[in-house]
Amino acid sequence: MVPLTWYLLVTAALFCIGLVGALSRRNAIAVLMGIELMLNAINLNLVAFWRYAYAARMDGQVFAVFVITVAAAEAAVGLAIIIAVYRQRRTINVEELDLLKG
Amino acid sequence: MSESLVNLLWVPPVLPFLAFVAIVLWAYRSKKLSVGLAIGAITISWLIGWLLAFASFRAEGLAEDPLRIFRDWLPTGSTWHAFGFALDPLTGLMLFMVPFVCLLIFIYSVGYMGIGKPQGAHDERGMPAEAGHVDPLVSRFFAYISLFACGMVGFVMADNLILALVFWEIMGLCSYLLIGFWFARSYPDPNKITPKEAGLKAFLTTRIGDTIMLAGFIFLFIQIGSLSYSEIFSPASLEKLATTTANLPLLGPTPWATIIAILIFFGAIGKSAQFPLHVWLPDAMEGPTPVSALIHAATMVSAGVYLIIRTYPLMTAVEHGPALMFISIIGAFTALFAATIALAQNDIKKVLAYSTISQLGFMFAALGIGAYIAATFHLLMHSFFKALLFLGSGSVIHGMEHGHHETAHADGVSAHGDITQDFDPQDMRNMGGLFRRMPKTAWTFLLGGLSLAGFPIITAGFWSKDEILADAWVNEHRIVFFVLVIAALLTAFYTARQIVMTFFGKPRTPAAAHANEHGSIFWWMTIPLMVLAFFAVVGGWVGIPTTFPVLGQFSSNPFHHIVGSMAEVYGFESEELPFSLMPLMASLLVSLGGLFLGWLAYRNYGTDKNYALSPTARPDPLQRLLRGLYPVLQNSYYFDELYDRLFVQPTKRLSYWLYRFDDQLVIDPIVDDVGKVGLYLSEASRWFDTHVVDAAVNGVGTVTELFGNAVRTLQTGRVQNYLLIALVTLSVLLGAFLLLPK
Amino acid sequence: MQQVIFIVLSLLTLSAAVMVVASRSLFRSALWLILAFAGIAMLFILLQAEFLAFVHILIYIGAIAILIIFAIMLSRGVMDPNEPRFNDQWRLVIGFGALLFVGLVVIMLRIPWPVNIVAVPADAIQLLGADFVGTYVIPFEVASVLLVAALIGAIVIAREH
Repeated sequence: MVPLTWYLLVTAALFCIGLVGALSRRNAIAVLMGIELMLNAINLNLVAFWRYAYAARMDGQVFAVFVITVAAAEAAVGLAIIIAVYRQRRTINVEELDLLKG
Repeated sequence: MSESLVNLLWVPPVLPFLAFVAIVLWAYRSKKLSVGLAIGAITISWLIGWLLAFASFRAEGLAEDPLRIFRDWLPTGSTWHAFGFALDPLTGLMLFMVPFVCLLIFIYSVGYMGIGKPQGAHDERGMPAEAGHVDPLVSRFFAYISLFACGMVGFVMADNLILALVFWEIMGLCSYLLIGFWFARSYPDPNKITPKEAGLKAFLTTRIGDTIMLAGFIFLFIQIGSLSYSEIFSPASLEKLATTTANLPLLGPTPWATIIAILIFFGAIGKSAQFPLHVWLPDAMEGPTPVSALIHAATMVSAGVYLIIRTYPLMTAVEHGPALMFISIIGAFTALFAATIALAQNDIKKVLAYSTISQLGFMFAALGIGAYIAATFHLLMHSFFKALLFLGSGSVIHGMEHGHHETAHADGVSAHGDITQDFDPQDMRNMGGLFRRMPKTAWTFLLGGLSLAGFPIITAGFWSKDEILADAWVNEHRIVFFVLVIAALLTAFYTARQIVMTFFGKPRTPAAAHANEHGSIFWWMTIPLMVLAFFAVVGGWVGIPTTFPVLGQFSSNPFHHIVGSMAEVYGFESEELPFSLMPLMASLLVSLGGLFLGWLAYRNYGTDKNYALSPTARPDPLQRLLRGLYPVLQNSYYFDELYDRLFVQPTKRLSYWLYRFDDQLVIDPIVDDVGKVGLYLSEASRWFDTHVVDAAVNGVGTVTELFGNAVRTLQTGRVQNYLLIALVTLSVLLGAFLLLPK
Repeated sequence: MQQVIFIVLSLLTLSAAVMVVASRSLFRSALWLILAFAGIAMLFILLQAEFLAFVHILIYIGAIAILIIFAIMLSRGVMDPNEPRFNDQWRLVIGFGALLFVGLVVIMLRIPWPVNIVAVPADAIQLLGADFVGTYVIPFEVASVLLVAALIGAIVIAREH
């Protein structure tokens, strides 16, 4: 078996890559993709832990399913927002969405 | 008996004061009520006064141990100074005379001020009323004389010098108020002093004496630590004062007793109008005649003599000391000096004024040579007959005014005012023949005048004056004796002059021809005259020396015993003098001789070769005799002018200069500078407000703005920036958590 | 053997993820995303969570990725291809991201995980189903509500006005 830590490494790396993408891309959809990567990393983390520490019960997988559910809902709403913003302002550059600028 | 009497001690001084307060606060609206209150109060004072007086004559040992009521009043350091009233034989004698004379003068004033007469339509407040009208300010008058009565009675009853000083000053104040009673009066002749000026003059002149006296009191307090009679006259205190000396420049070591005695005597010089502070008394005649009688004959000026009598232990503390010599010199000199001036006066009241000064000089001279009892005797007798003479003169003046009023229309001279158009009802040259016109006044005045002149046996003045002369002669004070004898001669002369000019001969003016005593007011005036005349005659009989030939054996000389008991306590001479012929002869000679000479000189005054001239242009018989000296006497040796040049004008100039200096060079710059300082302060305040306060307030705003601007950069509105911050924070915390040791 | 597969799959996934972030074209990013999702699914299979792998493929690749592609297409022509695709803070992000990675790795390596490898039950799917309607019924229902809300919300937001 692969040691748990290898999985966790992968998870951490995937998470950080997703984070970088979410924080440094200009396009809103690219930001969303970064977020999806982060959520995937989470999921992988959960399942890895489930398998290595808690395989007798299904709680880990249940949790992962819920994460997927929420991710799906969030993606849907997020993309709807992007569409709406695009219609309104003809841009999906997140840097231009700074109405809260003080 | 003494317990109940002690409770009455406060009544005689306080009651007239209450009358004063009542009149001033409420009763002044009603003239009759004011008069009633004043006379009621003084009557009670008189009755209680006589009760206390007779009790004091009979009581034993009152001289050593006076009857006192007192209260610890003044905190002085660690002890209390007691204030109160005391009764000893000397006070008793004064209580016999003072309230009684006050009462008689109050009653006289009712008539003199015209109570009961209608108010004149043209009468101004502060001007004397026209004949037949009541004085518009009469309630005020009775208030003032009540206050004065309180002052005099309180003064003789006080048991310590501070309280005595309070009453002394009350009398000074009332003197000022009453002399200037007719304050609105002014004269066309600028050299004639107005009542307002006369009041001020009186006050200021006596003030000089008072201040020096106060210095004496202060030194006395420093030496003894108390001003209570019982303490300052105790043998120990007197001993201390006589022996402790102060080193004075020029005079060397002088006992405190002498210094204090002389300083206190200056107060008496002021109050009793002795030389050199005599100038106020003649001008004080501007006041109404009852005032002259009360204050300037009978009581206030006697207060000076009483003060010396009261502090006599102090005066005699040093054996044959210079204090007594000083007193006798001043007294004798003044007696002669004033008598010479009285010879040349034409105003009936001025003669009496200078006569008063002269007689007071007699009393001081007597005290100076040690004739304690004789001086007291003369003080009491003089009060009676001088008051009588003044009141009599007032009656004469009123009579002349009535006469003038009646004849004025016929003469074409204005009836309004009395002195404005050439007619002076007080000028003796305008009088004459009043014996027939005003008999009661004339007889009483005559008796008073004879008493003043010392007419033998039957008048009180003879007994008192004779005793002074006897004392001087027997104790070998020859100079004083001769001076007083000459003064007595002049006294008799000018008295005769006055009586003859006023009452004898023919009336010299129509006013005199029509003068009369009729009218209700004269009843008020003549009855006190008669009472006083009685005392002017009989009063002396209580002091007939037992050593006198023939009459002496009938007399027990009670006066001598009463005053003698005081003298015994303090160790003055108190034996009756052995009879000596010389002073008696001298007395008889000068008195009868002076009267005769005066009659001789003036009996033809109105009917001699000058009768065609107007009264005021007629030369006086003395003028021929004295020639150039006469105007000097008439103008009282030009002392008023001298003082004016020496003191009054320089003081006025100095005060004006100080006023200008102060106002323009001191006060104005100070005021301006204060204003400038205020302006500068306000400028500075404004600068501070603008540059500091505003700066601070604006600064706060600016700083906030700067901070805001600085912090605003964080608020980019971009989510990614916010997330980065979160990431950074997380990393830092993670790093710290991992790196820091647990 | 398994380790090799694991390493291959991990590298695949990670490089796909990197390409997602770094790709110049948005569309290509989406495709790389799909690859990344597939890689994750395969890792699931490696972890013996087969059901989850298929669910993952179904939803992520089948729904979310498609949705993303639709959105890209619907917002075409707006993004200027010449404009830089990274914003100004990318350096900082990479720096702190790396820092974060390091930190996470340190933690992971330090903590003694309570590893307990047991066999996956044979009736895993049944158990999963039973959990959903048994122990976790409430989160299950809430998740349903959430989906409904998201659905309605998405429609409302993206509506043509």
